[in-house]
Parts: sequence; C-alpha cells; structure tokens
Amino acid sequence: MSAMRSTSRRDFLKKCLTGAAVLHTSGRMGLLAAAEQGAALAKSRVVIARDAMLRGVGTTVDSRRMLSLLDRAMQTFFDGDNPIETWKKLFRPGETVGLKVNALGGRGFSSNLQLVEAICERLQEAGIKANDIVVWDRDSDELEHTGFHVSTGGNRVQCFGTDRVDYEQELVTHGSIGSRLSKILTRRCNVLINVPVLKDHDGAGVTIALKNMYGVIHNPNKYHPNGCNPYIADLNMLPEIRTKMRLTICDATTASYEGGPGYKPEYSWKNNALIVSHDPVALDYTGWQIIERKRAEQGLKTLEGDGRAPHYIATAADAQHRLGTNDPKRIAVVEV
Amino acid sequence: MSREFDAQEGIKVPADGAGGDGGPAVRGERSPFSCLLDRRSFLKCALASGAALGVCEFAQPLVAIPSWAGPQKQDDSRFTVEAKFYQKLQNQKIKCKLCPRECTVGDRERGYCGVRENRGGTYYSLVYSRVCAAHVDPLEKKPLFHYLPGTLAFSLATAGCNVNCKFCQNWDISQARPEQVPADYAPPKAIAELAKQYHCPTIAYTYSEPVVFSEYLMDAADAGHEAGVHSVVVSNGYMQEEALKTAYGKMDAVKIDLKAFTEAYYRDVVVGELKPVLDSLVTLRKMGKWTEIVYLVVPTLNDSDSEFRGLARWIKTNLGMDVPVHFTQFHPEYLLKNLPITPVPTLERAKAIADAEGLHYVYIGNVPGHPAQNTYCPKCHRMLVERVGFTASQMLIRKGSCPFCQQPIPGVWQA
Repeated sequence: MSAMRSTSRRDFLKKCLTGAAVLHTSGRMGLLAAAEQGAALAKSRVVIARDAMLRGVGTTVDSRRMLSLLDRAMQTFFDGDNPIETWKKLFRPGETVGLKVNALGGRGFSSNLQLVEAICERLQEAGIKANDIVVWDRDSDELEHTGFHVSTGGNRVQCFGTDRVDYEQELVTHGSIGSRLSKILTRRCNVLINVPVLKDHDGAGVTIALKNMYGVIHNPNKYHPNGCNPYIADLNMLPEIRTKMRLTICDATTASYEGGPGYKPEYSWKNNALIVSHDPVALDYTGWQIIERKRAEQGLKTLEGDGRAPHYIATAADAQHRLGTNDPKRIAVVEV
Repeated sequence: MSREFDAQEGIKVPADGAGGDGGPAVRGERSPFSCLLDRRSFLKCALASGAALGVCEFAQPLVAIPSWAGPQKQDDSRFTVEAKFYQKLQNQKIKCKLCPRECTVGDRERGYCGVRENRGGTYYSLVYSRVCAAHVDPLEKKPLFHYLPGTLAFSLATAGCNVNCKFCQNWDISQARPEQVPADYAPPKAIAELAKQYHCPTIAYTYSEPVVFSEYLMDAADAGHEAGVHSVVVSNGYMQEEALKTAYGKMDAVKIDLKAFTEAYYRDVVVGELKPVLDSLVTLRKMGKWTEIVYLVVPTLNDSDSEFRGLARWIKTNLGMDVPVHFTQFHPEYLLKNLPITPVPTLERAKAIADAEGLHYVYIGNVPGHPAQNTYCPKCHRMLVERVGFTASQMLIRKGSCPFCQQPIPGVWQA
C-alpha cells in the first residue's frame, strides 16, 4: 500500500503511457520477446561447481576445499555474497533438516563424507541445531561401511538408517507406487536436502537425484522393471517427498559412466564437482548429459544405444508429473 | 519391523484366498516356536512385555526415535546361502534363473523379489531358514482338498515374493525385504522336528511365495522326508522349468494360484505373466505331481464368462478333468480396496461354467458352509467328503474310490 501511495497520479499515467508506447511500437515482435523473456525467467537453474584441486595432490577430498566448493556452488545458485545467508534463505531455526544421502556404493562411492560435513557445518551456522540435522539412508550398517558415524543421541548431528526406526505401517500410493515410507521422512524431518551421487545404472540408465528417493521406501526392488519407468516419477510425486524437498546437492566428485550402480574403479572418474538445483529433473537431465559425454569420450555407446536411456526423466517432466523440466532450452546450466 | 504377530491377526485374514492361503501365520501364544520357551523364559518375556507396555502403550512417540539395537536386528549371515539358480555375467552382474523375470542384478543390488542379493558377482538367498511366519493349519486351508483330508500342515513362510499382486492378503511379509520383518532361525531339521512334535504329517511352504525360498524349501523337504514328514507347496507357479523341476520335484503335492486367464490381468494386477504359469502346470502334470488350482475371482477384473470358460477348457485339454479347481472369494486388501467382496452368485456362475465344461472337481472357496466345499463323486454324485470351514467332518473315500459306486477318486488319500 505504501508503494502505491508513493506513486503520484502523474507518475502512474506516465508509466502507463510509456508501456502503451512500447507495445504500440514493438508490435508482435515485442510481445514475443516478452514471452521469451518470461520463459527465460522460468528456466530451471543448475549450477555445476568444479575444483580441479579438490583432492590436492592426494586421493582424499580436502575438507576445506570442499567447504569452499560448496560455498561457491550455493552462492552462485542463490546469487549471494555470503555463504551463511544463502543457507538462511532455505532453512529456519527449529526445522529438522534431513540429508538423504546415498550409502549403497560403500566407501568411496557413496555421498561424500566431506560434502556432508560441509553441509552440516553451514546448516549449523545458519541456525539449525546440530541434533536437528539427520543424515540418513536405508540402513545404518551401510552408512557405517561408507564411513559415516552412526549417532542417535546427544547434542550432535544425528546419523542413522531407517532400520533403526522402521517404515510406516500404512501404504502410500501414487500411480504405479504402493509403498511404506521411512519414518525418518514422515516423522523426523520437516525438510529435506537430497544428496545423491552421479552414477551409471544398469537398469535405469543413470541414478542421480530422482532415483535416490528409492531409499525412502520399503520395497524399491519392486520398481526396477522397464528402466524404473514410470516408478521413479510416480514415487517423487508423493506429497511427503515433494513438499519437504528443498534442494538437491549432487555429489559428483567421483562419478561413474558404466557398470553402475556398484563401484567399478575402471568405469569411474574423479569429476571433482558438485551439482546444485531446486529442480531434480533438470539436475538429472544435466547429470545424464555429463555421463553421456564421458561415455563418448571413452568410446562407449550412448545409453540409448545400450538400450537403457533414462526415460524416467522425461516421464518426471511430463504433464502428469511436472516435477521439473527436461527441456535443455529451459535449463540454465551455470558452470563455476 | 513393528508388525505384531499375534493370534488375533491370524484370525482376521480371510480363510483361503489366493496370494496366500489364509493369512499370515502368527507368533506369540499359538506360535509353534513358542514351544522353544521354558517356563522361566516365558515368565521373563511376560515381565519384559508388561514393563514395555507400561512404558510405551500410552506414550506413542510423535517422532521416530532410533534404537541402538534396531528393531529385531537380525544376524544376516546365518540366513545367507548361495542361490542355486543363477548365471554369472560380466562386470560382477548375475542373471537370476529362478523365475521367468530373469532379473539382471548388479553388484550390491537385489532382484525383484527383494530376498536375493548380488555380492561381488555371487548371488545369495537371504532367507535360508529365516522363517517370518509359522503356524499349524489344516490342509483344507491351503486349500488342498484331495490331499490327506482332515490332517494338519506345519505351515511356514519367509519374506519376499516374485510378483506384486494388488490383492495380496499377506503383503506385509510378501512385499517386504527379509530384514524388515521379524524372523526366527529355523534350519530344515528343526522344521521337520517341529512338524512331528505338532503331529503334522506335512510341512506346507506357503503364505508369501515359496519360489523365492527354493533353496530352503528343498532342504526342508529332504529333512522332512528323512523324518517321515511330507511337503506341499502353495505357489504362484511363476518359475523357470529347471527350478520348478528341481525344487517342486521334492514336493508331495502342489497348489498353484492361477490368478486369471489373461495376460493383461497378469501384467496389470499381478505384475507377472500368464504363459509361464500355464507352462508350470503342464510340467507339474508331466511330473505326476498332485496339483490343485485356485482361481481368486476378483469382481470386474477376472470374472467374465468367457474367462471362466477359457480357463476350464484349457484345464480339461492340458491337465485333464480330474484336477481340482477352487474358485475363491476375493476380499479387499492391499492395493485393491476399492472393489467389493466377490458375490457368491459370481462364484456359483464360475463353478457352473467349469462343471458344464466337464471338470469333475470344482469347488467354491472362502464361503464357509457352501455345499460346493464338499467333494462329490462325479459318477453317482454322492457326497464323499464333507467340509465345515477348514474341517473335513466326514470322509467316506475308501482306498481311493467312491464307496457307493467304486468310481476312483484321484488324490493323495493316505500318507
């Protein structure tokens, strides 16, 4: 209201006339340009942040460089100068933040420990209490094998698998999905950060953000036929996932282009990157293209040629799902 | 994990539907495993339960509080054996040869059934001796009507299934991974001993889907036979021929859930295929296994006259007129809660069509007291076996024949 009051009648008329003049002079081209500008505004942003020296001269990721890489990715994504402020835009004190990691690949090929530590550090600096942060996946033993320290009490970051709390008894359904959800998702976390790994997958083609949600249900084995399509898209439609998901930070420090999802050193590479987006479909599409480029570089067939293109990404973007966009014209990839 | 196994739960499940034969078994006061407790242990458990009730019953946690021990955390290694039916592929992948799905499974992944896992290029069953449900049932509950009527079966299951029927009564064990349901360690010899202890001439592999615990079933059947105990299996028949011959070759009788007579139903409702199941029935016939068929009639989905007729004709042509067929009543469960219970006239229509096609033993199931639960002589039409619920209240067959007209009645009538 105050803004309206500060605009005088004379200013208002002047602005209207200017607008009319622009429309009149530019005609149809002007409207198209405006429409394109609108479309441009609707683009899904995907930030790829790289650090060639992430591991220094060794093989382990350097914690300080990882924190710096994460800051660069987040500040670029949110157009911010202060790393803490970017996190404050996303999370409020009092919220319980779940970091859905991927611990299936064992040590060295699961969500990177230093990345998870960096996220936890920034969350706490943004005002989230340590014990309001839950690092989780399906199974506590898998988390421990990956290198996470399982922790379920005290005033520190919590880390455990659904095996410690069970799945809900009630089924949730959407389309092809009928599953029981992890109580960590339904009862423990208000909001989620998805922390998947960039990987090849023998059935689905690739496994990145959308497929990482297989770890929140009790029966993922039922959803692998037909390249996981439409199961992955249907699963991500569940309100418990859609409404809680705030951000995806994909660990692309070590990635695989063949032989996945298990770790095959001969088919993985040190990519030293993080991929950040609000749009899991755009992120998966972008990750898929990275894997395709690597396959081409290695002289391998495309995933389509190999009979396992990740069609679930298109399904996730279709009119029945609208989980994001897989249209490259509507994805703004920013590399830093 | 927190599924409560008690007698009440066993009672609420319909008696003899497809996708299970009457509900998951129970643990607790009527569990066969409870015999393993002595008085001291029982009192200890009772006190512990009482204490737990005092603390927890009125204080449901709003959030998920993790426990250090984990709910029923099980020692995985004691239940793990190398699978029998699979093929090794490149890159540490395997191809499962147990069922027609032929899952190609990468390292650290599981097959569709959820109970078999690839570990470094070797495929393992995770459910060997991992019994999540056990109970003493009448054979009529399976249902097997032409197999030792009036006797008991020591019935057991592990977690897992190789299909995903939308009407499954036992989905909480069949669609779960083994680590998600409480289980007891029950090696084959222990099962044979328990069967004898409970005066069961037969062990029944049932409730979930025995295809997925074939290795265990085979060894338990061997242990049973050594101890003079028979074995029967209640299965969907969705299995590869070699595995079927090897595993079910050890059975004394087989009940197959033929869930429909169209591929569309198998694809959409069962998440499987019809053809391999029909092939299994023919193979079992060639093997000379006593086989009965259950057809769960689901309103609007598989209850057309043409389907009943097609089914009856196929059975008559490929298996013969003497194969018992049970048309059973559907109850809304799992992912098919939107459909009503099958009307009894629909079941009677199915039976009338199958009778008219010339099948000799057509039954109606899940309808207690219905006259079509009894066995009648196909020649003189006198009643030979009267059944009330799961009890064979009258058994007149003598030496495999009708006592009135001497018509042979096929089946396994004596142990």
